[in-house]
Amino acid sequence: MSMDRRQFLKIAGISSILGLGATAASATHNIWVKGLSPDEVAKNPEALNAQHWAMVVDMSQFKTDEDFQKTISACHSIHNVPDFKNPDGSVDLKDEIKWIWKAKYENAFPDQDNPYMEEKLKEMPFLVLCNHCENPACVRVCPTQATFKRKNDGIVMMDMHRCIGCRFCMAACPYGARSFNYRDPRPFIKTENKEYPTRTKGVVEKCTFCTERLAVGKLPACVEAAPKGGMFFGDLADKNSEVRKIIETRYTIRRKPELGTGPSVYYLIGGTEHA
Amino acid sequence: MLEKGLVGSKKYWAWLAFLGALAVSGVYYYLQQFNYGLGLTGLSRDVSWGLYIGQFTFLVGVAASAVMLVIPYYLHDYKKFSKIVILGEFLAISAVTMCILFIFVDMGQPMRIMNVVLHPTLNSVMFWDSMVLSGYLFINLLVGWVTLSSDRKGVPPPKWIKFFIYLSVPWAVSIHTVTAFLYAGLPGRHFWLSAVMAARFLASAFAGGPSLLILLALLVRKLTKFDPGKEQIQTLGTIVAYAMFANVFLLGLEFFTAFYSNIPGHMESFKYLYVGLDGHRELVPLMWTSSIFAAASLLMLVIPRIRKNETLLAFACIMLFISLWIDKGFGLIIGGFVPNMLNQVRTYWPTRQESIITLGVWAIGFLILSFLYKIAITVREESEGVEIEH
Repeated sequence: MSMDRRQFLKIAGISSILGLGATAASATHNIWVKGLSPDEVAKNPEALNAQHWAMVVDMSQFKTDEDFQKTISACHSIHNVPDFKNPDGSVDLKDEIKWIWKAKYENAFPDQDNPYMEEKLKEMPFLVLCNHCENPACVRVCPTQATFKRKNDGIVMMDMHRCIGCRFCMAACPYGARSFNYRDPRPFIKTENKEYPTRTKGVVEKCTFCTERLAVGKLPACVEAAPKGGMFFGDLADKNSEVRKIIETRYTIRRKPELGTGPSVYYLIGGTEHA
Repeated sequence: MLEKGLVGSKKYWAWLAFLGALAVSGVYYYLQQFNYGLGLTGLSRDVSWGLYIGQFTFLVGVAASAVMLVIPYYLHDYKKFSKIVILGEFLAISAVTMCILFIFVDMGQPMRIMNVVLHPTLNSVMFWDSMVLSGYLFINLLVGWVTLSSDRKGVPPPKWIKFFIYLSVPWAVSIHTVTAFLYAGLPGRHFWLSAVMAARFLASAFAGGPSLLILLALLVRKLTKFDPGKEQIQTLGTIVAYAMFANVFLLGLEFFTAFYSNIPGHMESFKYLYVGLDGHRELVPLMWTSSIFAAASLLMLVIPRIRKNETLLAFACIMLFISLWIDKGFGLIIGGFVPNMLNQVRTYWPTRQESIITLGVWAIGFLILSFLYKIAITVREESEGVEIEH
């Protein structure tokens, strides 16, 4: 059935009024408009696949502030993350959106510091991001499945077209990994990457482990931009993967493991050699 | 029957006009928020729920408290409540409506609200909360309407309505339990992660709701020919006293667990609220006001001589209501977010726009309440002296 744009909009409009389609955009669920089912879409042969994507961050490889900034901005620039600043140039903590950022040891791992701890370690910066938990609390609480865990590779994803902006996921995430668009983010995007969608106000967003890059055979942007040996990304279910080998042979820590969320981001603190 | 709400004195209409004006200013600022986004509020990445969700939580309690009239009357055959059960049911209707409105104004994408129904998610407490709240609204509309219509005609209500009346008892408990579960099951929010949360919610609801009912009953007596009754008000006073005692006791349990265990994560929110944390003392005066009002009102309520004096009773009820409003409508929500998940203290204070929107929702609730009470009271005034067996 072929139709022009005008017809499509008409039918989509009427069917949304009837409640047949949640939004006109979700055409595959609209009985009036036949779209492709997932099986009909060919997979990119280059795509990177895994059963359980996981990340190891070796903090000792991040030596300068520039190492951090390069990694963070690699992510934020390609994902159109807006930059909210106060008039004095400091970060606007109220509207701030961040997918990956720098946090001190005592903030990334609260209650694990001690009064005699080396000041350097206490103040040591860590890269923090969504942990893509095995038992994500955010997914458990979402009333619309707008945030969900991909069955095939364990990535915790966001559907920003379905999110109603209730922010229950933000209350539930024990890592503060989620940001809410308190206002239209578009005017605050430095240079828009046309390859990646921008967001509207009123929805929650977070790191996606770069699903869009994995789908075309690229590693996550942060991993690519990190200093050599700073970040590893791979399949934790694969015994021969680099991440698995590191975790099996070195002492790694995870954020708040006692909560049972099963974070998939592991940290190496010291030492330079790796498996 | 609806027409009875449209006939009234100049005073009645002036009151409705006043509420209407407040509601309109609320709508005006809501439209601004709708255009700009929730950035118009004081909310942030760190404190992502605030005044709106606090009001919602508090009002679920007010709604649930109707059961404190239904149980004595229908389950214990306490006949004296026959004329005022309707006041509880109509209060519940207006409270649930406010709850729904507060959820709505808190949403980032309100136009997508139907997604909750289109993609029902059984593992989300919020899904269940929306189900039980709409169910409770329906039950109270049905029961209130059917029983009042029968009263008006001077006949006993139909037998089938009993089913819904009995259903409303566990249902009322469910709305507040499920609301507590929104908070009490989140890993990492130590302040909320408490097994007594639902019990505490119910206790504060059964104190706060009936205390508002006492005030409303006193007002009704003053302003209309319908007298809810001296003894009825005293019975409500006793209910408020017991429930408030349970509430203060349960809050004490929270303090014990946090401070005797000495676990930092469990103590920090309490410290922020009551003494300040990292130099931030924004909520300290409010929380102490709440504590002092709670203690004073409880003391006044447990001394029979004071409770029996209606002026002092009203005074105690006002203090109690304010105390619970601060505790549950504000402190409980903000306390859960401070310190944040990275153990930093980031504070929150509602903006002017946010406060006016909040006031607007309350005004809409009181508009509905005034309208419904007008109907109920007119029916009561007309059927004065007629005893109907329910």
